[in-house]
Amino acid sequence: MEFNSADISAFKNVWVFCEQRQGAMMPTTFELVSEGRKLADELGVELCGVLLGDDVDGIAKELGGYGADKVYVYNSPLLKNYTTDAYTKVICDAVKEFKPEILLFGASNIGRDLAPRCAARLHTGLCADCTHLDVDLNGYVNFLRTGSNLDVDNMNFDSKLFDVKTNLKMTRPAFGGHLMATIVCPRFRPAMATVRPGVMKKRPYDEAKAEGVELLHPAFELSEADCKTQVLEVVKAAKKLVDLIGADVIVSVGRGIAKDVEGGIALAEELAGELHGVVGASRAAVDSGWISADHQVGQTGKTVHPKIYIALGISGAIQHKAGMQDSECIIAVNKNDAAPIFEIADYGIVGDLFQVVPELIAAIRAEKTGK
Amino acid sequence: MKIFVTVKQVPDTTGKVAVNPDGTLNRASMQAITNPDDLNAVEAALALKEELGCKVVALTMGPGPAEAMLRELLAMGVDEGVLISAREFGGSDTFATSQIIAAAIDTYGVDEDDIIFSGRQAIDGDTAQVGPQIAEKLHLPQVTYAGEIKKECNTLLIRRMLEDGYMTVKVQTPCLITCIKELNTPRYMSVLGIEECFDKPIRVMDYAALKDHPLIDATTIGLKGSPTNIYKSFTPPVKGAGTMIEGSAKESAGKLVSLLAAKHMI
Repeated sequence: MEFNSADISAFKNVWVFCEQRQGAMMPTTFELVSEGRKLADELGVELCGVLLGDDVDGIAKELGGYGADKVYVYNSPLLKNYTTDAYTKVICDAVKEFKPEILLFGASNIGRDLAPRCAARLHTGLCADCTHLDVDLNGYVNFLRTGSNLDVDNMNFDSKLFDVKTNLKMTRPAFGGHLMATIVCPRFRPAMATVRPGVMKKRPYDEAKAEGVELLHPAFELSEADCKTQVLEVVKAAKKLVDLIGADVIVSVGRGIAKDVEGGIALAEELAGELHGVVGASRAAVDSGWISADHQVGQTGKTVHPKIYIALGISGAIQHKAGMQDSECIIAVNKNDAAPIFEIADYGIVGDLFQVVPELIAAIRAEKTGK
Repeated sequence: MKIFVTVKQVPDTTGKVAVNPDGTLNRASMQAITNPDDLNAVEAALALKEELGCKVVALTMGPGPAEAMLRELLAMGVDEGVLISAREFGGSDTFATSQIIAAAIDTYGVDEDDIIFSGRQAIDGDTAQVGPQIAEKLHLPQVTYAGEIKKECNTLLIRRMLEDGYMTVKVQTPCLITCIKELNTPRYMSVLGIEECFDKPIRVMDYAALKDHPLIDATTIGLKGSPTNIYKSFTPPVKGAGTMIEGSAKESAGKLVSLLAAKHMI
């Protein structure tokens, strides 16, 4: 029978595309599986992983530990490295065969290459780089209560066009984080989303559920003729990249280090070292070539929520705030007392970071040694 | 051989952005600019044009004023502009937009040795979806996040950037490549280019020009043809300002560390 994405009653279950690279699962996959579990529970359906690679059964079980009931595994030498053509074909064919109602991808450079291509082929809607997902309407309303400026108690959430209680509500920042929009895909299935890495929380790992996960190996068709691009090599960055998303403490630098870039970065590194943290940066610092892009926090960089975020010489453009405003404790040091970063800082110090940071380092050392 | 570049005029979200009381964007307060990543795509096209002498065609979908942006691109060295503009196209999401732009590119005609360059993503929506979706609609291979491009006859070798490194991808023309800012530094308009840009052609593709294309259908374009809809939009809440710590550098640093220590944060 012809596949019809508009026949929405034919679709069931939540699927997560489980991205692996060189046989290792990408950490954001576990965040996605955890979030997918929440959505599947809200719908009362199964959560399924879909895993493509070459001989990747060994890493499928762990998906169960984060909440997957089943994993559809597609093994082929042609799926060893990611290619748009091969992955799009296998995923679209699987969707046509099993008809999931929701399909999630991590918003990585691979997820954001693959998901739009699949959505276009399947004729369905895709929402990019989501930071919040809900099926349950009450959950969504509660999210808006704290996550928006809306007067939710005097709002009408009904729609004449679709069932607001069963459709996936996909929330994402737009216009560089100045606005948030909640998107729905009411007339087609699956409802598709790419989800921003580092935003969704991982569930506690459940050993018993990992043992119980069901691995399925459906038959599929894929030949070399399907792949119009060829991967000649995959090269890992030689330098160890900074793990902003996993860090408890981030000390970020911005334009304020301009007068002594090397000195400013050295101070940030020293302060981060004292607090067992890592160094982040604003877009301005990255664009100026002072520090590599893997350090960038913000709308076009990484979204972080460490326990302590220290912003040194960062004015606090909305694009930067979008990536760090959910940190537990924000500390800002800036010469300009009108800098917008102070609007969201828990603690603010107006002053020259080159004078304040050495004093901070000294005070922390004194505190640690009991003075 | 010719090179298509897809471009978009966007509000400059990097500067001050005004939001209306009803939560919508005050576009009148914002400057319209060419999407930054699209300028990298234009530069990639112009660099290849200098090497190979091919024609560069910039396409944009949007309201009439987008023509001014196309003139600027013509002044940079682009040979022809295509303005895809019609009331029927308004309200399109990424799916419907790519459907229309793919129809326009197909109507113009794609030859075996042609290349389409797009920017990675636009700063208004940040979706990065339209490029890949155009490629799918045209049944062309795509390579996204291009950080380096080498061309040998009809083969392109592309360094496709990943978060943790890169992969080198080989692809044949015709294909679609999305460009990142690290790829190149876009050139400025030249004085001669500005003089010449008003003599270069801008072709308008309206609804009548595209309506008979198989990709164009009331169910696939505009607001009605868009699979996604906006349910709610809102501004994030402003977090209440915290404590400002006064005093000299030494005093304020000391006070801050005491406060953090009292909360067992350090």
